Amino acid sequence: MAVGDTIVALSTAAGAGAIGIVRMSGPEAVAIAAGVFRPVDGSDLAGSESHRVRYGHVLDPSNGRAVDEALVLLMRAPATYTREDVVEVHCHGGSAAQRAVLRLLIAQGARPAEPGEFTKRAFLAGRIDLAQAESVAGLVRARSASALRAAMRQLEGGLSDRIRDLRSRMIQVLARLEVGIDFSDEDVDEVDRPQASAQLQEIERDLRGLLETALLGRALEQGVRTAIVGRPNVGKSSLLNALLMRERAIVSEVPGTTRDTVEELAEIAGIPLHLVDTAGLRSSHDHLERLGIERSRRAVEQADLVLAVIDLSEGVTSADEELLAGLPGGRVILVGNKCDLAPVSARARAGARAPGDLLGSPCAVSALTGEGLDLLRDAIQNAVVGDGGLHLEEPLLATERQRLLAEEAVRGLESARRVLDAGLADELVCEDVRSSIQALGSITGEDLMPDLLDEIFHRFCIGK
Amino acid sequence: MKGRRGDAATAGLNFDVVVVGAGHAGCEAALAAARMGQRVALVTLSVEKIALMPCNPAVGGVGKGQLTREVDALGGEQGRNTDRSFIQIKMLNTSKGPAVRALRAQADKRLYEDWMRHTIFRTPGLEVVQGEVASLDVSRETVRGLRLVDGRRLGARAVVLATGTFLRAKVVIGDRSYPAGRVGELPADHLSTSLRAVGLELGRFQSATPPRIDGRTIDPARMVPQPGEEGGLRFSHWQEPAARTQVPCYLTYTTPDTHDVVASHLHLSPLKSGSIGGRGPRYCPSIDRKIINFPDRTRHPVFVEPEGARTFEMYLQGLTTSLPVFVQEAIIRATPGLENARLVRPGYAVEYDYIIPQQLKLSLEYKHMQGLFSAGQINGTSGYEEAAAQGLMAGINAALSARGEPPVVLTRDQAYIGVLIDDLVTKGVDEPYRMFTSRAEYRLILRHDNADERLSAMGHALGLISDAQLEQVQRKQTLIEEGSLALASAQVRPSQASDEALESLGTAPLTETQSAAQLLRRPQLLFDDVVRLLDATARDRLGGLPSDVAEQLAIRAQYDGYIERQMAEIRRHKATEGTLIPRGLDFHSLEGLTVEAKDKLARLQPETLGQASRIAGVSPADVSVLMIHLHRRQADS
Ligand SMILES: Cc1cc2nc3c(=O)[nH]c(=O)nc-3n(C[C@H](O)[C@H](O)[C@H](O)COP(=O)(O)OP(=O)(O)OC[C@H]3O[C@@H](n4cnc5c(N)ncnc54)[C@H](O)[C@@H]3O)c2cc1C
Ligand SMILES: Nc1nc2c(ncn2[C@@H]2O[C@H](COP(=O)(O)OP(=O)(O)OP(=O)(O)O)[C@@H](O)[C@H]2O)c(=O)[nH]1
Ligand SMILES: [Mg+2]
Repeated sequence: MAVGDTIVALSTAAGAGAIGIVRMSGPEAVAIAAGVFRPVDGSDLAGSESHRVRYGHVLDPSNGRAVDEALVLLMRAPATYTREDVVEVHCHGGSAAQRAVLRLLIAQGARPAEPGEFTKRAFLAGRIDLAQAESVAGLVRARSASALRAAMRQLEGGLSDRIRDLRSRMIQVLARLEVGIDFSDEDVDEVDRPQASAQLQEIERDLRGLLETALLGRALEQGVRTAIVGRPNVGKSSLLNALLMRERAIVSEVPGTTRDTVEELAEIAGIPLHLVDTAGLRSSHDHLERLGIERSRRAVEQADLVLAVIDLSEGVTSADEELLAGLPGGRVILVGNKCDLAPVSARARAGARAPGDLLGSPCAVSALTGEGLDLLRDAIQNAVVGDGGLHLEEPLLATERQRLLAEEAVRGLESARRVLDAGLADELVCEDVRSSIQALGSITGEDLMPDLLDEIFHRFCIGK
Repeated sequence: MKGRRGDAATAGLNFDVVVVGAGHAGCEAALAAARMGQRVALVTLSVEKIALMPCNPAVGGVGKGQLTREVDALGGEQGRNTDRSFIQIKMLNTSKGPAVRALRAQADKRLYEDWMRHTIFRTPGLEVVQGEVASLDVSRETVRGLRLVDGRRLGARAVVLATGTFLRAKVVIGDRSYPAGRVGELPADHLSTSLRAVGLELGRFQSATPPRIDGRTIDPARMVPQPGEEGGLRFSHWQEPAARTQVPCYLTYTTPDTHDVVASHLHLSPLKSGSIGGRGPRYCPSIDRKIINFPDRTRHPVFVEPEGARTFEMYLQGLTTSLPVFVQEAIIRATPGLENARLVRPGYAVEYDYIIPQQLKLSLEYKHMQGLFSAGQINGTSGYEEAAAQGLMAGINAALSARGEPPVVLTRDQAYIGVLIDDLVTKGVDEPYRMFTSRAEYRLILRHDNADERLSAMGHALGLISDAQLEQVQRKQTLIEEGSLALASAQVRPSQASDEALESLGTAPLTETQSAAQLLRRPQLLFDDVVRLLDATARDRLGGLPSDVAEQLAIRAQYDGYIERQMAEIRRHKATEGTLIPRGLDFHSLEGLTVEAKDKLARLQPETLGQASRIAGVSPADVSVLMIHLHRRQADS
């Protein structure tokens, strides 16, 4: 099954510093990489031997400026994961540079990969045992579920409304053009091209604004979204502070201290984490506390990873059990806190009572003394990039994908205006506007045709 | 014919294919199956009414015209029959690009029926049977034949249902409503009951038609004449245009007076009184509906169209209504040019059962009833062209099924027919379905002008297109390829002569040497203009090309880049579109699919991964997961 095109994605690398990998696979991978990468020895990447690392600079071919220093690993088919040519660009300049490189490669013709697509290609190429098909399917599902969660987070705060609004304005322009085509034998006026062009320009301006503000601002929030949850007073806020290594959240011996979620970025073993400390979960009559608890639940829903905290000095209580049962399977690490207060036997008992669907074995830690935190860090790293883990290889991509789609929409609008202004045929303008609408539709998950027909019949009195 | 039940086994009553209904779908189905060598019966309520046009006397239009051209390229009848009977023809969208151009012809209704009847009777292997089909004969989820109300039984290896608006149909005018398939015709109630009994799911739609008036009582001076276009325009690819006399249509507009008449009688409209149920087409609103929905419009167009050369009846396009007859008369008289018009046939609405089309495969065969096909308005569409397109495909596939051969399916990138059928069986309908060019994602490729290049090889393989016809298309294709190379290699150097020529045509002079293909991309330049700029050798090669070849070359240049983009898109989807899903796959057992996707897939049983991807509720991730499972099954077996 020849898939044909070349795909590209960011991947989160564990370990040393802030090196991010941009990985590309497909027939054009080498050519595309060679177009933007200059090895320091001045040679051409395309002539490079397989499975060799080259050092050099990534350049933007449109202006010749260097984007980042990078190591490039070139692997030729078929001895690769996907049995296609694979190129990995290891960026030095952190996630901003990584995204810049990604965009360059896309501009050169690579296509953003779907969640789990590398693994899917490896499977289709026969690199993964057929017996594993079930788990590959599960993995594709897990990746897209995590991508979906990330996308939902991104679209919160009115952003999705703004995208929907832009999309429906585009549909209005398209409807006008399509009416002129499909109902031209009825009494419809010619399309006012300068007006259509002006409308498209306005939409384009707003979309660019959105890209610059909302989408860019939010890019900072990227990372593996990790919620810390548990009953009141088990030490969630203390754990957050311990992982951040500074006193970010208020800690007190009064249960119900944390009322609103506290969010902070952290890096653990090179993995960007977006930590969310939450209000302790319990039934409460206090209005404010109930609101906080509601937020905690949403934080869990949106999280890629959940740290479920229990208090080892109390063991696993029935309230803990109830709480654990309500957490989503497959993305929970159980953390037994206050191990400094509990005898070793209590830890074993807690481990034995832990529910089945956990990532790895439970960790015993003390947020107070720091004991066991290294093990917890290892467990997090393993959960994110390990074999049996969350498969969050592309958590960045979900949001990056939206950016790219929005950029594609901008390009479609630009092209539509050029075609309009050059006096070319309406159906060509439609092609470009459609591709823009489809790009935004992929963000919001909406289908063009029903919306277009609704718009046409709602706004135009046509039909004989 | 009573008491003939005992003759059921008589060889004379056994057929390969039986088609029910001689409307636009049924005629194509019967002709295609018979031309493919099958023994075919075409059963219909009345032999007088073969290929009757109950609504608009026109064939074609934007989107629909493309369908008719495709039917013709595959060896169907609609295009040829229209060419023999039109009283006006024109090309639409000439101010736009070639992809959205389409023919529309005004037919002489009577002549259209006569020619179709003539062709049907003259086709070997095709028998016309007048009668009403009452029920299907089925056993073990396979259709075996059918029974007529008069007791006759027809045996069949495949059956095509093409009964249009007749199933449990009801006609409505004002507050009057009575069972009828169309005005003056009986409904098919028995068949509707029988279909439910064998487990088919039916829905309810409605449709309406405007009044007809006596053409001698209109005042053409108060209207805008709408002439046809001379120059030999024809639907069919296959015959030389014979001379035809054209007559004009007329355009007038409603006035605030007309609107007052409608508004003051809205309480009598079946829309308001609730005497009509079922959803109607939004693209075909009645005048009542237009005035309710668009109260600010001060006028609506009315096209006055002759119904034939030997009748005086004229059709009032735009005044569709089922208001009481006295109101219809008042509406007409309040409209300029029609002040003295005499009503001949009142407008009316019809409400009918259709079959939920998601019960069909892409071949138009029922998923749970082997050998049973359906086509046309019964599948939830409306329009003669939509009916003919489905009829042709159902007829072809019924013939193939009777022969025990696999069906042929047109894909969305091959034809509007493919778009139509895929939309119907994958997405279903919530109003009568009509074709629009905007429904086709590959609109720039699916053009009116290249239907022959796209489809005649398939028609030939099926035995519906002759060797000579196929050669005609192949010759054209060869010339196009050669011409395209010549255009790319012919150079034009900037010179005083070329500067002057280009400026006189309203376009910029050359700044560097360009190929003829590049020049042809300029919207101001026609093919002949570019040829004139070339040197003598190139001019000889390109100047003598037939006009249809030159047209194709110009189109390629004009759509340069965009066509490649669509082709790339098609290639990208080939893997999914081409992956078959085995019948009876247990979607619920597949790991990794969402519950919603499992339910939808199990219910709709898509045939390809591509079809699965278009089902609402099936996400790209579900499609990937499905692909992985299919790949594994394939490797396992
Ligand atoms: C009132 C009205 C309004 C319409 N309005 C529109 C419109 O607004 N826009 C539009 O595009 N199209 C409209 N049309 C639709 C257009 O006429 C149809 O779409 C087209 O004719 C459908 O073709 P068909 O072959 O499916 O069915 P039809 O042309 O309806 O043919 C059905 C055939 O089946 C036969 N038949 C039915 N039941 C039986 C039986 N039990 N046994 C034997 N024979 C049977 C009938 O005799 C008839 O020959 C309208 C039609 C009507 C009647
Ligand atoms: N001995 C010991 N005490 C701890 C540890 N972690 C937290 N504590 C104490 O437990 C109490 C509650 O800690 P918090 O971090 O505020 O607990 P919380 O889960 O955030 O509580 P709420 O916000 O009220 O839900 C404080 O008095 C902490 O000092 C630990 O590892 N060992
Ligand atoms: Mg707290």
